[in-house]
Amino acid sequence: MSWFRFFKRKHSDDELQQEMASFLNEEMADNVARGMSQEEARRQAYVKLGSREKVRESLWEQNSFQPLTSLARDVKFASRTLRRTPGFSFLAVLVVALCIGAATSLFTIARSVLLRPLPFHDPDKLVMLYEARTKNGVPPAKPTYNPVSPADFYDWRSKTHGFEDMAVTRGAGYNLTGEHGELPESVVAAAGSWNLMRLLGVEPAVGRWFTEAEDQPGSTVVMLTWSVYQRRFGGDASIVGRQIHLDDKPYTVVGVLPSWFRYPDAGIVLWVPYQGDMGETLLHHDYHQSQVIARMKDGVSLASAVAQVQAVQMQLHLAYPEQPVHDLVEMRPMHEDVTGDVKQPLQLMLAAVACMLLIGCLNVSNLMVARGAARQREVAIRSALGAQRGALIREQMTESVLICVAGGAFGVALSVLATQTLAHAWKDLPSVQSIHLDGAVIAFACVLVCVAALVAGLLPALSSTDKTMLSAMQSSARTGASSLGRTALRKWMLTAEIAITVVLLVAAGLLGKSFLKLRTTDVGCVTKNVLTLRYSLPAKEYDTPEKINAFHESLLERVRALPGVKAVALGNTVPAAGYWGDFVFTVKEHPPLQAGAPIQVGLERWADPGYFKGLGIPLVRGRYFTIQDQLDRADKVIISKQLADRYFPGEDAISRHLHVAAHALKGKPDAVDYEIVGVVDDVIYQVGKEARPMMYFPLLDGTMSGATLAVRTQYDPLQFALPVQKQIASLDPGLPVADVLTMDQVVGESLGNQSLSAGLVLAFAVLSLLLASVGLYGVLSYLAVQRTQELGIRMALGAQREQLLQQMLVDGMKPALFGLGLGMLASFAVTRVLQSMLFGTKPLDPTVLFGVVGTLLVVAMCACLVPAWRASRIEPMRALRME
Amino acid sequence: MAKKNQVDSEMLKGTLDMMILRTLVGGDAHGHTIAKVIEHTSEDVLEVEQGSLYPALHRLEDRRWVSSYWGVSENNRKAKFYKMTAEGRKQLAREVTRWRQMTRAIGLVMGEEGGVQ
Repeated sequence: MSWFRFFKRKHSDDELQQEMASFLNEEMADNVARGMSQEEARRQAYVKLGSREKVRESLWEQNSFQPLTSLARDVKFASRTLRRTPGFSFLAVLVVALCIGAATSLFTIARSVLLRPLPFHDPDKLVMLYEARTKNGVPPAKPTYNPVSPADFYDWRSKTHGFEDMAVTRGAGYNLTGEHGELPESVVAAAGSWNLMRLLGVEPAVGRWFTEAEDQPGSTVVMLTWSVYQRRFGGDASIVGRQIHLDDKPYTVVGVLPSWFRYPDAGIVLWVPYQGDMGETLLHHDYHQSQVIARMKDGVSLASAVAQVQAVQMQLHLAYPEQPVHDLVEMRPMHEDVTGDVKQPLQLMLAAVACMLLIGCLNVSNLMVARGAARQREVAIRSALGAQRGALIREQMTESVLICVAGGAFGVALSVLATQTLAHAWKDLPSVQSIHLDGAVIAFACVLVCVAALVAGLLPALSSTDKTMLSAMQSSARTGASSLGRTALRKWMLTAEIAITVVLLVAAGLLGKSFLKLRTTDVGCVTKNVLTLRYSLPAKEYDTPEKINAFHESLLERVRALPGVKAVALGNTVPAAGYWGDFVFTVKEHPPLQAGAPIQVGLERWADPGYFKGLGIPLVRGRYFTIQDQLDRADKVIISKQLADRYFPGEDAISRHLHVAAHALKGKPDAVDYEIVGVVDDVIYQVGKEARPMMYFPLLDGTMSGATLAVRTQYDPLQFALPVQKQIASLDPGLPVADVLTMDQVVGESLGNQSLSAGLVLAFAVLSLLLASVGLYGVLSYLAVQRTQELGIRMALGAQREQLLQQMLVDGMKPALFGLGLGMLASFAVTRVLQSMLFGTKPLDPTVLFGVVGTLLVVAMCACLVPAWRASRIEPMRALRME
Repeated sequence: MAKKNQVDSEMLKGTLDMMILRTLVGGDAHGHTIAKVIEHTSEDVLEVEQGSLYPALHRLEDRRWVSSYWGVSENNRKAKFYKMTAEGRKQLAREVTRWRQMTRAIGLVMGEEGGVQ
């Protein structure tokens, strides 16, 4: 049949009717000619023609495509049925849309982050190499992934042959200024060795990558990323070969990276050669701050390649016994390295969203079963009239398919909106891969829709067209016995729903409590009404320690004089803002450490005389820094209580000396002994991590060109952001300011991800609870209607309303309690997996468990109470008259 | 029309298209004429069911073996006339050949000399 005919069905039907009319006329005329009466002639003509409708139907069918027509009929029928109950349809579509939307969004992220290979050449062969250290001869239980020292890397690369090649990167930062007075900008940069892009297999979009000759100390070439190339240089390729200014030094642009290149993350603005501004640190074996990427060689096993590197590192460790040179090498695949931190939370959320999807499907399924019950009679009559079971099932399935397709369409639209927001809010998410909806994700959503339609539709369709149900219908429509099986089915589905909800609630409760614990962690300093901001003095203008100190001091003085400012602190960083590096030290007065003894290490901090007072960090012993502790008299150090307790047990640390080999006083390479002048209380360096020993050096030692200013104010600290920046601009108009944050924001920054996962899982759990309670309510209401007559008879025979209420409640609470028990059992197993994500919260936290049990019972009770109450209020006479 | 004169309508169905085309060799005709001609020529053995005649006509038209136009019948009434196309003529030839082969084959099986012609 041709499509043309299909669309002209109407027209050919009209023609056919006319044709038949003309046939009748002709036949009548013939009959009259044969001598029949007018009446008889007409009758005979009609007899001869037979059923006109049948002719029309057969032509219509001939012009139609059968499966399509019946599908169209099913869809029309289903949508009519759905339109008749708009409340149900809206609810069902909404449930499906939310579930599928959430699942699609998370899948989009999971696919981009976990499933898609890295966008490099042959990415499976790329591994990251790290250093680690044995403790008393025992390797660490969990890999520590310590960064690599430059000198170690160069030895690995030259002395081993197990890898195809190795490249090295590290982080950097610059003040980017223009030639023509464009706004200065503080940018995050990275430094990479000359072979990095060859190793990754990345071709620059414009120009070229660094050559080996350019990867030398003092080299001034720079590679732009696509984002800054577009944003700041307007995508003009002639920028290649021209110069830009980094920290007021001219750098020649040699190329632009492709737009998709976001390694190690999207925040990197430009790349410089690895050795460019390294100087003599290149020779250090204890300057742990670089990342090493290696490409596996064909025919060499990874284990033997790592073993070669390990052997080299062991030799280095033995060659420098005095220095903290590590003795172990660790390896992990690059993909895992990029996704490592986010894998577990992401899997957790996928699991949570899968649970929610399942609950959603069960719920729609439950609602459909209830509808099936209401349509018992219709189904029975239709099958009595000869409708085939297959056709009835197909019809009901069409309904669930329609619901799921509509829900799926809304869901995907929802997830288009939600995914970007979610990816944006999720700060830890690696951005090496761009996150976007693509064909695979759409396909995934389609599969979800199909599965959802099947789960939601098949069970009710099968149960409501059940043959035994039909025969039961024939025997008696009054007893309602036929629905027992179906009620059991619904109760089972409900039990499953509640069990899954319990697991979700427990997980959400644990994450929530852990988050609250984090939120209320005592950082160890004042966090209320504190503004922080960073600046970095360019080395070209501020080329002497005196100039640097002069800037710091005059800024402190000016800010302190601002009205509303209570105190000012200046340091290299503030508490809870991250790790920021450590120093290995020995105590001059102690005997030398024995070989193999654990190294002594403390986080390095710099503080101005007002730092501790300004941030409210209490002094335990000794004194704070004074203005005299500067330049060549800065050979003083203040240690934290933990450092004192750990390394000076039972003795007074004051007046002892820390020997810090890696940190020489400015201009005096031999001055590495620092006198301890004070002990201050511990502060934590990152929320969720244990406090660690810290040592504070005088900020005015003339080495600190980058500093964080903290301003304690009398009221809303953000109102001081502009006045403080104005003071900075009045001192140096070309100096950019970065990271203007309140202390609460600094703390919150590190909490962002925990709050996100706790919040999302909680949202899923609450939604699931809502769905489960709607399900509970639905089942019980349905049961109550089913039993109206029975209840009426009982009441007529003298049953008390309270008894009936109680019985209905028990009926409804049974699946709830059963589900609660099952869910609790499942939670015991599931929460173990959560353990590593929890802070200060045990997987079987009693408050959370009791809270979940309580919440669920209350919600279940409420859901049951309404229908049970209604059932116990029925008038016996009315109930008996029903039907 | 006497029932006994009717042959199995199933048998007619397969050959209806061919007989319609054969009828149109004599000139354009409308549905009533076509049915009448088939019935008369078959000495009232074959009765054309309207339920299959009109779908068959539309099918033939759809395959472009016949074309149609609205005209005026012998009795001065509006009627839809069918006209054989060149394609239809070829189709008729093909079907007649096939029909002959089949009836001969059946005739042979039934033991009739030379088959039924």
